[in-house]
Amino acid sequence: MSTIADRLWRRWIGVIDTVLLVGFFILVWQILYEIAGAVALSPPIATIRYAIALLGSADFWPNVFLTFRAFGIALVISIGGGLALGLLLGLNRLLGEAYEPVLVAFYTVPKVAFYPVILLFFGIGVAAEVAFGVIHGVVPVVIFTMNAVATIKPVLLKMSRSLGLSRWQLMTTVVMPAALPEIFTGFRVGFSLTLVGTLLSEMFGSRAGLGYMLMQAIGLNSVRLIMSLTLLIVVFAVIANGLLLLVDKRLHHRA
Amino acid sequence: MRGAWLLRLATVGGTVLILELLCRVGIIAGFTMIPPSQMATGLFQLLVSGTLLPDLKTTLSGVAIAVAAAILIGFLTGALLHAVPRLRRTLDPFFASYYAVPVWAFYPLCIVLFGLNDVPKVIIGFLYAVVAMIVNTLNGLDRVPPVLRKLARTHQMSRGATVLLIILPSAAPHIFTGVKLAIAYAFIGVVGSEFILANAGIGYQISFAYNNFDNVILYSLILFIIVFVSAINLFLYSWERAILQRRGGR
Amino acid sequence: MTAEASEAQVVLQNVTRVYARGATRPVHAIGPLDLDISKGEFFSVVGPSGCGKSTLLEVIAGLAEASGGSVAFEGTPTGDKVPEGIGVVFQEDSTLAWLTVWDNIAFGLRRRGVAAAEIKRRVDDVLRLMGLRDFARAYPAQLSGGMRQRVCIARTLVLQPRLILLDEPFGALDQQTRLLMGDEVLRLWRETGATVFLITHALDEAAMLSDRVGVMSARPGRFLEIVKTGWPRERDSRIAAHEEFGRLTSRLWSLLRDESMKALGYPTAAA
Repeated sequence: MSTIADRLWRRWIGVIDTVLLVGFFILVWQILYEIAGAVALSPPIATIRYAIALLGSADFWPNVFLTFRAFGIALVISIGGGLALGLLLGLNRLLGEAYEPVLVAFYTVPKVAFYPVILLFFGIGVAAEVAFGVIHGVVPVVIFTMNAVATIKPVLLKMSRSLGLSRWQLMTTVVMPAALPEIFTGFRVGFSLTLVGTLLSEMFGSRAGLGYMLMQAIGLNSVRLIMSLTLLIVVFAVIANGLLLLVDKRLHHRA
Repeated sequence: MRGAWLLRLATVGGTVLILELLCRVGIIAGFTMIPPSQMATGLFQLLVSGTLLPDLKTTLSGVAIAVAAAILIGFLTGALLHAVPRLRRTLDPFFASYYAVPVWAFYPLCIVLFGLNDVPKVIIGFLYAVVAMIVNTLNGLDRVPPVLRKLARTHQMSRGATVLLIILPSAAPHIFTGVKLAIAYAFIGVVGSEFILANAGIGYQISFAYNNFDNVILYSLILFIIVFVSAINLFLYSWERAILQRRGGR
Repeated sequence: MTAEASEAQVVLQNVTRVYARGATRPVHAIGPLDLDISKGEFFSVVGPSGCGKSTLLEVIAGLAEASGGSVAFEGTPTGDKVPEGIGVVFQEDSTLAWLTVWDNIAFGLRRRGVAAAEIKRRVDDVLRLMGLRDFARAYPAQLSGGMRQRVCIARTLVLQPRLILLDEPFGALDQQTRLLMGDEVLRLWRETGATVFLITHALDEAAMLSDRVGVMSARPGRFLEIVKTGWPRERDSRIAAHEEFGRLTSRLWSLLRDESMKALGYPTAAA
């Protein structure tokens, strides 16, 4: 019989399971450390302590700022440009059909291959980082927006025509709300990929930023630094994506 | 349909022509970019002379290992998780956020652990590819219509026979999508790692050419990657079309 | 009136089925109910939506186990395994998309290890019987919904089952096709001599095809009444012209009307 106890159990079992899973990962991490030694790995607690110390250190935040400046600009361009392009390709069937394979093909090519080209055109600096972030992030935004618009139920469009809506009204009151859940998923994926692109560009073509710090740590052979930085980056990425995922789910649920 | 092909061809062809013109005329300087025609001849030279071969072997063998491991382990993990719903539910958010994490953040760690050789990049390629395979395997298994499982029982089929003859063929399209993605991601992972830090491979050669201001080799290699990846995509895509054509998307 | 003289092939006694859906309160789907189905008869079940008709079919087939009471097929108790000799045609499309029509139909025979020559003979026979010869090399995706259901029926028939269970097999089809398919099922019933158990929501279909019609109540499903039609074995859809048909159909509806309203949530006259 389903009682209050049953319902509570169902609600919290998910949280408990997740906590257990995280605990399991940390345990495995610790065991690997025991096996591999301090030369190869840094144990969980020490890593976390060092990460917190990093958060308080003087040269950490300027690097973070630089990374996020580039990331922010790239994000705005990825989302803005991606949205515009995606709407265009989604609403115009010929263009959409013509260019979708091109986009998919572009998606699978290792963007690192274009990095030298970008460096040659933009020179080392923020512009190149932004460009790299954009070529990573814009593609999913376009693809998801395109699909979102293209799969709007035709009956909705027929209905709005019968209501005599203007093109602008159609866009804002029917197309956008109907397509919003999928478009937002595109934003979420675009967010993550833009971050990857920005960090990646710093890892081999920059003299500042989080990615650069990571590569420096190899030179210093500081396992602790490498792992703490990785941990911070991962935690940030997971939390950001997690928040976006919550919004994503709400939107899809409502739809 | 025709119109789409023409448009595509026109855009790509047009871009190439414009680039050729801009480079030849000098609006795009030689130290920034070489004309596309030179890229093509440069690539031809590289392939014919065989200088590309060792790096090609390194990269492709790395990709092959990463892909094979990702497909095998990804599929088995997906199948296992499908059979244990509670574990799967717990891991689902992890998979959803997986591609948000820059996998290359782990590359320095791998280098420290395994040295600057082929191992770290294969690991990165594997890490990048495996979750796509897991997620798509799960998707495929999810979408097996329940009626087909009942059908198997009305034919008194054993569990093994049901999996082999009903579940796997039914899930095949999604699993194939997983394989496609695994190949693409493994390639990105391996080449990307070679670019960041390595001592051999196509990605490394691109980085080397860039640092030595050798634009001819640089652009030839980039062209190679584009052509190679597109060729593989085309092959996989047409294979998939052939299969799906008969099944009508089921 | 062959029904009464024949032996009972399927015997349900005091059968109930209760199942749990997730962690919510368990669903009491059917029962307690009793049912005897005679060998060779054509028995239909009608009832409001959600009354448990499909559950009843699954219990008889051995796809679901009865929570209480006993289910027996040809004297042997049925548990949670589908007994050999029972064929099922499902409501949803169950064709195997990756096989041709021919291979779909041969599927069951291959599972049983029947010799290749025999398989060819039986499949070709059934293709001819069902008028699917021209489509043998086609894939299900290339066929209409009605054709696909016929492939499913063919796939069941080729195994020569003694009891054929059909769960609203014509649900997705238009009226004309349904009537023709009904005639086809009658013809197959006569030619194979199998027992047919049909679930349908169409009262006219039940009235015109069956020897007996079981009318189920709203959930938990129990039999309100089992109506005998008294039709001769040689019949088809044109029996609708018979005056008895109108009486039968209205009898079914008068039994069902209140139950249907209950199932839909309307207040009914009976308190």
